[in-house]
Amino acid sequence: MTHHVVIVGGGTGGTVLANDLADRLASELASGEVRVTLVNDDPDHVYKPVWLYVPFGQRESVDGRRPLADLVADSVTLRIDRVTDVDTDARRLRTREGAPIEYDSLVLATGSRLAPGEIPGLREGGHDYYSESGAESLREALLSFTGGHLVLSVIGTPHMCPAAPLEFVFMADDWFRKRGLREDVDITYTYPIQRVHGNPHIAEWARPRMDDRDIHVETFFNPESVDPEDRRIATMEGTDIEYDLLVGIPPHRGADIVAEAGLGDSGWVDVDEHTLEAENADGVYAIGDTADTGVPNAGSVAHYQAGVVGQRLASEIRGRPPTATYDGKTLCFIETGMDEASFVEFDYDHPPSPVPPSQKLHWAKLAYNESYWLTARGLL
Amino acid sequence: MTETDIEPVATVDSRGAACPGPLMDLIGKIRDVEPGDLVVLLSDNEQSLTDVREWTEEAGNELVEVDERDDHYAFYVKKA
Ligand SMILES: Cc1cc2nc3c(=O)[nH]c(=O)nc-3n(C[C@H](O)[C@H](O)[C@H](O)COP(=O)(O)OP(=O)(O)OC[C@H]3O[C@@H](n4cnc5c(N)ncnc54)[C@H](O)[C@@H]3O)c2cc1C
Repeated sequence: MTHHVVIVGGGTGGTVLANDLADRLASELASGEVRVTLVNDDPDHVYKPVWLYVPFGQRESVDGRRPLADLVADSVTLRIDRVTDVDTDARRLRTREGAPIEYDSLVLATGSRLAPGEIPGLREGGHDYYSESGAESLREALLSFTGGHLVLSVIGTPHMCPAAPLEFVFMADDWFRKRGLREDVDITYTYPIQRVHGNPHIAEWARPRMDDRDIHVETFFNPESVDPEDRRIATMEGTDIEYDLLVGIPPHRGADIVAEAGLGDSGWVDVDEHTLEAENADGVYAIGDTADTGVPNAGSVAHYQAGVVGQRLASEIRGRPPTATYDGKTLCFIETGMDEASFVEFDYDHPPSPVPPSQKLHWAKLAYNESYWLTARGLL
Repeated sequence: MTETDIEPVATVDSRGAACPGPLMDLIGKIRDVEPGDLVVLLSDNEQSLTDVREWTEEAGNELVEVDERDDHYAFYVKKA
């Protein structure tokens, strides 16, 4: 009997896991005892962190794309198709194009998608750098922006990379200063709750830096609609602000198949935060953004979780009790300007404590972005 | 159970979530429901006692009741 592991989603988590299993279960794959299939709806693997640099003209969005086939081990079956239905009782997936896929173990790694349509006017009135096309069009808008009110509004939570909105305003501040335009540009950062970041330790670290750099802050700010004509954001709290250039972090949702399969709300799979097993079905794991663990939606998290699930699956397949667990480990570089960055590392039991920013850490972040392709291939 | 006379349309279970999880989760759900609807937030985080009150006041929503249960609180919030 062949044990069939199916991974849905060939982003960071899914790709790292596929390669991890190719390595860990090499002999079982060779003998045919195990089969690993990776299903992704795009022939390319997309590395999203590149998008932060696109608006500032430092990277091209194509830098974040590579064919999945070049990244995934040959022993993994790659299927470019979209999963449209998950039947956890029959252990069967339906896809848009091909035949149904039966699985013994399923890993959902379907990530996040943007839902700007949930805020009327946001799509027409705002920009974003959370998508390829958004980052490119924001670049054009920023290049022609020589003065006025730039508003970065965190609208949806949870959202990918909780640090990226802070990074954006720090980078924009520095970018406009270096170009001699900062005096003509007001920058405002808005956040849904009473501080500038979900994590109180990061908020405490960031707030004085924002004050020093004249980045205005609006907290308890939850946009309900955007008026693209008047360039005005209306909030649940009743504080409206006007903008000249709006950069929004739109609401995020997971894949529709998750809720339809009864695995969790809004596309986020209810999981045990340590074992990453789905709570509402047997034989199902979730990793990365779609796993509702409460930790940040970050590539580093997806990467560590892939390692844990790789070990657990290998134990299960070999008839041993799985013992590997995820401890909440998150690692994150935070750009604090165009040429300096900080760094945080934390887990379920240890809160983050950002280190003093330095140029070295900025180079470390850029170097990591280059070496990411080794991570995806399971080499780093 | 609660003394409120309207039935909650949604329950947000944020037990086990670190702060600000519960408040963020509540804001997300309030976005999805209609004005006048009641949402229940379950949280075992002490910080929610101040967070939720502060935000509901700020946003003009009504914190109808806070129910202290064995190991968590239930916040009944009515969307304005
Ligand atoms: C601007 C920006 C900057 C960021 N910076 C950082 C950073 O510095 N550090 C960091 O750690 N993280 C960062 N992130 C976050 C990081 O990119 C994500 O958290 C990470 O990609 C999550 O990995 P994942 O595997 O869960 O999902 P993804 O990488 O999003 O992959 C999901 C995959 O599933 C596919 N898929 C979805 N549904 C289906 C379906 N039904 N059938 C088939 N395939 C499907 C998608 O097409 C996609 O390929 C950043 C994100 C953004 C947007």
